This record gives sequence, C-alpha cells and structure tokens, in this order.
Amino acid sequence: MKVLVAVKRVVDYNVKVRVKADGTGVETANVKMSMNPFDEIGVEEAVRLKEGGKATEVIAVSLGPTQCAETIRTALAMGADRGIHVQTDVELQPLAVAKLLKAVVDKEQPQLCILGKQAIDDDANQTGQMLAALLGWSQATFASKLVVNGDGTANVTREVDGGLETIKVKLPLVMTTDLRLNEPRYASLPNIMKAKKKPIEALTPDALGVDPAPRLKTLKVVEPPKRKSGVKVKSVAELVDKLRNEAKVI
Amino acid sequence: MTNLVLVEHDNAALKSATLHVVPAAQKIGGEIHLLVAGQNCRAVAEEAAKIPGIAKVLLADDAAYANRLAENLAKLIVGLAPNYSHVLAATTATGKNVMPRVAALLDVQQISDISAVDSADTFTRTIYAGNALATVQSADKIKVITVRPTAFEAAAATGGSAAIETVAAAGETGLASFVGQELSKSERPELTSARIVISGGRGMQSGDNFHMLDKVADKLGAAVGASRAAVDAGFVPNDYQVGQTGKIVAPDLYIAVGISGAIQHLAGMKDSKVIVAINKDEDAPIFQVADYGLVADLFQAVPELEQALSK
Repeated sequence: MKVLVAVKRVVDYNVKVRVKADGTGVETANVKMSMNPFDEIGVEEAVRLKEGGKATEVIAVSLGPTQCAETIRTALAMGADRGIHVQTDVELQPLAVAKLLKAVVDKEQPQLCILGKQAIDDDANQTGQMLAALLGWSQATFASKLVVNGDGTANVTREVDGGLETIKVKLPLVMTTDLRLNEPRYASLPNIMKAKKKPIEALTPDALGVDPAPRLKTLKVVEPPKRKSGVKVKSVAELVDKLRNEAKVI
Repeated sequence: MTNLVLVEHDNAALKSATLHVVPAAQKIGGEIHLLVAGQNCRAVAEEAAKIPGIAKVLLADDAAYANRLAENLAKLIVGLAPNYSHVLAATTATGKNVMPRVAALLDVQQISDISAVDSADTFTRTIYAGNALATVQSADKIKVITVRPTAFEAAAATGGSAAIETVAAAGETGLASFVGQELSKSERPELTSARIVISGGRGMQSGDNFHMLDKVADKLGAAVGASRAAVDAGFVPNDYQVGQTGKIVAPDLYIAVGISGAIQHLAGMKDSKVIVAINKDEDAPIFQVADYGLVADLFQAVPELEQALSK
C-alpha cells in the first residue's frame, strides 16, 4: 500500500509571531520556519507503517513556494521515499489545498493519506476532512492509534472531547494525526545526507487542473487585546482572600 | 437569510456548546433552525425546541446518526444546506470533524472557530495560537462556520416552543462504523463549560500528583485541565489538554499550577475572567497574564490552598 503524507511549512512553534503594522497579516520574513508539528507525526506514522511491512512506499507532498522543498527534504530525511512539490506563490486556503491534494491522489493512487489535524499557523483544522470529502473516502480525524487490518479496513482510535472513540473504516482512508499517535524521530545525519538524493517531483496547480485562488478575503489582521498585568500575592492566605473578597469568584 | 445549527448531543441530552452557537446565529440574523441528528433522540429535539428564538427543530432519527459519524452526517447536512444561507456548529470534536466535510462537498471555504460575527458575511477568528485576530469575508453562497463556544454568551435553555419537524435520513455511506468509546469518567463539570478550572503543567512531575488538584477541584466544583507538556509527559489523558490544539476554555476562574505559560497554552485560556498562577519560577511567562500570581513551590501551596478553602 502506498501512503501519502502532506507536510506544511509553517512558522516554527517557538516563534512569537508579530502582526504587521499595516494589518495585512503576520510577519513571516526572516522568521524560522519548520514542518507543522502534526505533520511530523504524520510522516513518522507513515514511515513506521513502511518499517512494519504495511506500506510499500511513502510519498511526502508539500504545496507552496520554493522553500517548501526544504520541508519535503525533512520528511525524506525521516524516511519518506520521494517527494512531490506543488509549486505556487498563491495564498493557499484549506479548500484549495484539499483540491490540489486530491489531484495528486488521483495521480498516485495511495490507499492512505495522512495529514496533521491542524496547521499551527491558520489553525483551521479542515484540510484532511475536505480531502476525504472530495475523494469520497472515509475519514478518521484526531487519531491516536491506527491499526491496519488485513481485510481492507483499519481501526482508528480518535481523541474526542470526553475521551477516546474507536471507529472501523474502509480503506482508502484519510487520517489526521493527534499528538499521542507517536513521537516523531529526529533525522540522523546519514539519513539527512541520503535524503538529498531522493527525488522531488515539481508540479503546478495548472498542470493539476486546479484553481487555487483563495475564497476568503482577509480584511485585516490585528493583535488581540492585551490582559492588564496583575499582582503578585505573598501567600496562599492572601490569594484566597483576594479571590473571595476582591475578585469574588469563589 | 436562514441559519441551520447542528445540535451537539449524545442522543440523550443537548450539550451546552450548542447554546453558545445560537447567539452567533442570532447576530448573523434571519431565522434559526436546529438540526438534531441521532438515534432515539427525540428527547434532545424536545429540549432544543425550548431554546427561545428558534423557528423550528429538524429531527433526523436514524441508526446512521447514532454515533455522528462524519461520512453519514455530512451527507445529511449537504442535502439540507441548499435551503440555508449559513450552516453552523460548535468548535467541538464533532463540529471539527463534520463541518469541513460538509464545506468541501458544497465547494465552500469553511470559516473555522469564529470568535465574533462582524456581519452576515464577515467574521473574526484567531490565528497563530491566538497571537493574531483575523477578520475574514466570505463570498460563498452558503457560509459554513464553526463557532468558538467560549466567545459567545449562552442562550437561554428554556422559554421557547419551536415546532419539531421530522426529516428523512440521507442513508448510510457504509464507509465507517462505530466500534466503541472510552470516556473519562468524572463527577466534575466538563472542562469547556466549568465555571472554575484548575490546570497542572509539567511542574506537577507525575500523574499521581494531579490528585492534589483533584482535591482542590472538589472543594471549588471545578474541572481539572492540563498543559500539553503534562499530557505529553503522560501525566493525564489528552482530553485534559487546554491550549491551541486542545480545548479552549474561558471560565470565571482559571488556576494554572506548575504551568510555565507557553503561547500554545495561553491560546486556550487567556480569555478567562480571572487567572491565578502558582509557579516557583518568578520569571515564568504565565505571570504576565495572571491577575494573581503566587511564586511558590506548588507541593506546599496546593495542599495549603485546599486547607484554606475548607475554612
């Protein structure tokens, strides 16, 4: 079974983003970029499926500007076999990403697509579900455990609001990762070197027959209101007193 | 304009998250219809009909919706959607799972987790773990929206008497089936709707130590939460997680214990009315958002707090 993983290049999770003074977005120039953390979990799961003999090939796909190739290299260094880079400088919103991924899926015919449950930049949490919809496939979101059965089905344990839920789904499947699915490996130096020789195919939205134009218009981006700074209390007794008599919340 | 709101429930009772979506629909304007899809869930529809200001409740009672599998539920909603200008759900595990599937089938770019309605086509939402607020405008014919429950005051649960209309099921897709669930058993209030939340972080050092927080929670009638660091360390299950990729809470009182205050955690709790931080590191970023900060060893302060609350 072929596995396709989608990897997004995002502002690194340790960076405190700044809103641009003109209110058009956040500052991304000269900011450290990394693979979206949930996508790392996706790559790890795909590579483990291959190591466990369940997957035959792992393809890492990224969409966006030239630098996305670096994100694909990271996935290749973790163990993916080859990459596909859909190159575009257009702002990509989840529906467009899902359409582009569908076109890649139509071409590659994987049995399983793994995506992160959400990207830490737009926090949309949509793309996996949209891809499943466009393909007419089953979906298993927020996965914390995947068991691929021999009979063309998989059991997926999902993180839901009150705990865990297990569903049985037909393959082909789109799965989105949650935190506890696995702990992604660090790429070793030899594997980083090896990854440089792995192929990355370059495609364009045009070649895939997809119009990636954004649907939502961003009117403005502003900083959220700041909280007023509070006070330090000296003791638990003082804290309880303040909560009872000043804040009146207990 | 007519709004369709997907009701969150467990076939027996309506979940409070839905009460927070109704005001968002009211702000958009026009009629509001509620959709109750489940199995043997007429009681939920009757409960939904009591919410004031609802024009009607649609009830789809069928085995296909017993566990709200996304494939079946999306098919039902897509069939109903052409009658509506807006389709809304709460940003919950169910809403997040189903709505993007609906949006893609309608060829609509969903607007996720809105925190304000600026007009019928313009909405505000947070991006980058709450470090920026984006105002976005949709030109799609049907707007598919998930609503952040903590950003809207709850509608009243009683006082209305909407008609209940049965709608036909849209059929079973056969793509997925429900195997089982393991829900955390707790006598305490639900994290996202609790009036008081006490959360622990990496500083708790072990899952056992969370029992200290349980005791304080029992005194206050609070829910217990955790930072991602505590979940990653295996101290508590993932459904405790408060933050950018976990649950968003905004209680009257949030007590952060042994939590440093990474931006990803702040994204999930900084709209709380009163924030208390207990941490031994006086430079911890959590103190920058805390109304009351206590620099102390939590292993002394938490038992002391429990004692003080008994007085």
